[in-house]
Amino acid sequence: MAETRGTDFGDARSREQGVIMSTAGVNAWFVREVLPLEPVLMTYLRHHWPNQSDIEDLRQEVYARVYMAAKQKIPQPVKPFLFTVARNLLINQARAAQVVPIEAAGDFEAFAVAADIPAPDRAVIARDELRRLQAALDSLPPRCREAVILGRIEGLSGREIAARMNVGAPTVTEHLEHGMRLLANLLYGELPNAGNRK
Amino acid sequence: MSQNHDRATGLMDANAIEARAANWLQRRQFWNWSEADQVDLDRWLIESEVHLVTFLRLEAAWTRAERLVALDPAKLENPTPEARKPFWPVLIRAVAGLAVIAALGAGAVSVTRPHDRTFSTPVGGHETVKFADGTRIELDTNTVIRTHMTTEQRMVWLEKGDAFFKVRHDAAHPFAVIVGNRRITDLGTEFLVSREHDKLKVAVVSGRVWFEESDKPAASQSALLLPGDVAVATVESTRITKNTAQALANELAWRRGLLVFDHTTLAAATAAFNRYNTAKLEIADPAVASMTIDGSFQANNSQLFARIVKRTFGLHIEIEGDRTVISR
Repeated sequence: MAETRGTDFGDARSREQGVIMSTAGVNAWFVREVLPLEPVLMTYLRHHWPNQSDIEDLRQEVYARVYMAAKQKIPQPVKPFLFTVARNLLINQARAAQVVPIEAAGDFEAFAVAADIPAPDRAVIARDELRRLQAALDSLPPRCREAVILGRIEGLSGREIAARMNVGAPTVTEHLEHGMRLLANLLYGELPNAGNRK
Repeated sequence: MSQNHDRATGLMDANAIEARAANWLQRRQFWNWSEADQVDLDRWLIESEVHLVTFLRLEAAWTRAERLVALDPAKLENPTPEARKPFWPVLIRAVAGLAVIAALGAGAVSVTRPHDRTFSTPVGGHETVKFADGTRIELDTNTVIRTHMTTEQRMVWLEKGDAFFKVRHDAAHPFAVIVGNRRITDLGTEFLVSREHDKLKVAVVSGRVWFEESDKPAASQSALLLPGDVAVATVESTRITKNTAQALANELAWRRGLLVFDHTTLAAATAAFNRYNTAKLEIADPAVASMTIDGSFQANNSQLFARIVKRTFGLHIEIEGDRTVISR
């Protein structure tokens, strides 16, 4: 399953035209290039949308639109594109919901430039990544954490986790699902501790 | 575009979709997963890009979390297990857990002497031996020591492997480690001694040690080692260098069950894993051998290391019985 890289056609050309990729390539691109931008995206959405309970819905919609566009061609560079999508979505949503988005979502470029989060270098399993993972794991609720440790770290099956924790399968399922969702928020949703990054 | 969503009137419910995605993800990994399940999942994923991106996001975070196995599970569950253990049970456990081997042919020591003991660890083993004087010796993988601990004399022979010494200093009763023809005398100290065939390495963490050739007159080849000093001795020569604190900490990571790599070639990394595991890693390709890796890994989980290497560098792994071959 070789991964198609966005730089295959050379930088100048790919920046102008984008690159067409397989589904697996788009998926990998999305995980590698878009998800690391989540902290800035979330900050942007929170600043510009009055109803905080909509934020996750908006985020997923932005992702879906960016993904749809990427299937046609990979937008490069990705960050301004992501924020353009976010701004347009907020404007359309505001019109439909008849609310006024805060500051009319105008300063997206400042966001796109100011908070420059380096994409993780895939060739390096950095120690700060481990620290971040450890911190994320530490912040899970105890029983949920236990299920995640048994399942993700010790590699047990669902049935084995149930036996080890002395609970039923539905409870294990619940802990694992909860753990997966919390980890996604902890690993993508929050700004990494800047001091810990190289 | 395969699917047009008209969402002018409202967004899809991210919370409900994420719950569904988490359900798919954990079912796929932890419970019975059939072809039919995969078909259902694929259908759900192409139904909407929101489904797909939600699933990708959870899956990516969950995959990232796999690297947590590199952390010490004991540390995850119990921050200071060592501190709570009373002295005697540890010693009893250590003695019971270790193969007690008769000292063979050494002449100087015989098994009939009550104060002499041999401790060893198998490949992948890690044991701590505590003595009545408060001295602790930690044995790394595949290590054998012989001890002679009395009220008058404290001596340890390192036959092979790595041992970390935390010595309760007592000037009246010096503590000496003997490796071949070299003697390391503690002057209030924590230090690491490694022996691989005829190569000896001594690294000082704190305090001081006196390093000398035991079968020659004093001062022939002797040196005072201070924290950070590393002495590497072969039959012919002794070389003393300085180690950075970080390099030393990495070298002692085995005490926590870890291997820590810092721009380490895969050749050296797999060699390190092979010291801790009976199932061996092999590299089939020189270009692969020279790739470098960073990070900390559980020493006893070479399979996980192989999987991480596979994913990180896009390599292939093939498992043939006890051998795992890594290639391009």
